[in-house]
Amino acid sequence: MLDDVDRRILRLMQSDPSAPISELAERCNIQAATVARRIERLKRAGVVRGQYMGIDWGKLGYAVEVSLRFTLDKTQPRAFDEFIAAARKIPEVLAIQTFLGRVDVRLSVVARDMADYQRLYRDQILTLPHIAELEALMHVATIKTAETLPL
Amino acid sequence: MNFDATDLEILRALSVDATQSAGAIGDALGLSQPATWRRIKKLQDAGVLTGRKLDLDAEALGFEVTVFLGVKLATKGRVSLEDFERAVTAIPEVQTVQHVLGLYDYRLRVVARNLSDFERVLRRRIMTLPGVGDVEANVLLSEERLLGPIAS
Repeated sequence: MLDDVDRRILRLMQSDPSAPISELAERCNIQAATVARRIERLKRAGVVRGQYMGIDWGKLGYAVEVSLRFTLDKTQPRAFDEFIAAARKIPEVLAIQTFLGRVDVRLSVVARDMADYQRLYRDQILTLPHIAELEALMHVATIKTAETLPL
Repeated sequence: MNFDATDLEILRALSVDATQSAGAIGDALGLSQPATWRRIKKLQDAGVLTGRKLDLDAEALGFEVTVFLGVKLATKGRVSLEDFERAVTAIPEVQTVQHVLGLYDYRLRVVARNLSDFERVLRRRIMTLPGVGDVEANVLLSEERLLGPIAS
C-alpha cells in the first residue's frame, strides 16, 4: 500500500519527471537511498510504468487534430473487435478509446493539413467497418494537458 | 522545419521510453552520442518534444474512473471563454481541457476515485463553472495509445 511519503514522491515526479533523486530526497526531507528504494518498489508494483516523451504534433508538421466519435452497429457481434483492428492499421491514429455512453469508440487522429485530413477521412475513416454514426470534433487549442493524477 | 527518418526514429525511441540517454539511443541507431544529442536538441528547440511525462497506473493509485465530458457553453458572449478556461483548468481532477469545434465547445478528461467521487466532481466543480451549459459524459472503458504517424 502507498503511504504519504510515496504519494509525496509521486506528486513531485509528476510535476517534474526529470528531477534527480537527490532533489526529490531533499524536498521530501528523506535520504536519497530511501527515495531510490521507494521508486524501485513503485516500479516493481507497476504503479510507475515508466516515462514517455510528449510530442507536439503541430510542431512536427501535423497541423490538424481531430476527435472522431463513433457509434457502432451493435447488431454485429464482432463490431468492436473488427473496427478496432482496422483502426489500429491507420498510421494517423494516435489513440483508440472505448466508452460507456452515447459514444462507443473515439479515435484521435492527426493530419498535415485540411487536404490531408480530407484524404484520410474519405479513404481510411469512412471505410472502417460497422460504423453506425460518426461525428468529428476539430481541436482548436489545448488549454490544459497535465494528465497528472490529483494524488 | 524538416525532420528526416533518423529524427523520427529518435522521436519514436523517446516516446516509448524518455529515460534513455542520447548514447543508448545512438547505439541502437548506429549514431554517435554527440550526433544523437544534436538531433534531440534540434527536436527540443523546434518544440516537438514537450517534455517527459510520468506514466502511472491510475487504477493502482485508486483512480478507477476516467470520464470524458463534452461541454457546451450556455451563453456565449456573456461569459468570457477566459473565465471558463481559467476556472476549469484549476480543477485538479480535470486532466485535459481542449477547445474544440463541433457539437461541443470543450472536451475535458476527468479522473475520479469511483463513480460517486465523479458525481461529486461533476456537481460541485463542473456544473458550477461559469457559463457551463449542456454536458455529455462518456465513461472510459479502455484506452490504447499508438505511436501515430511516426511508427515505422
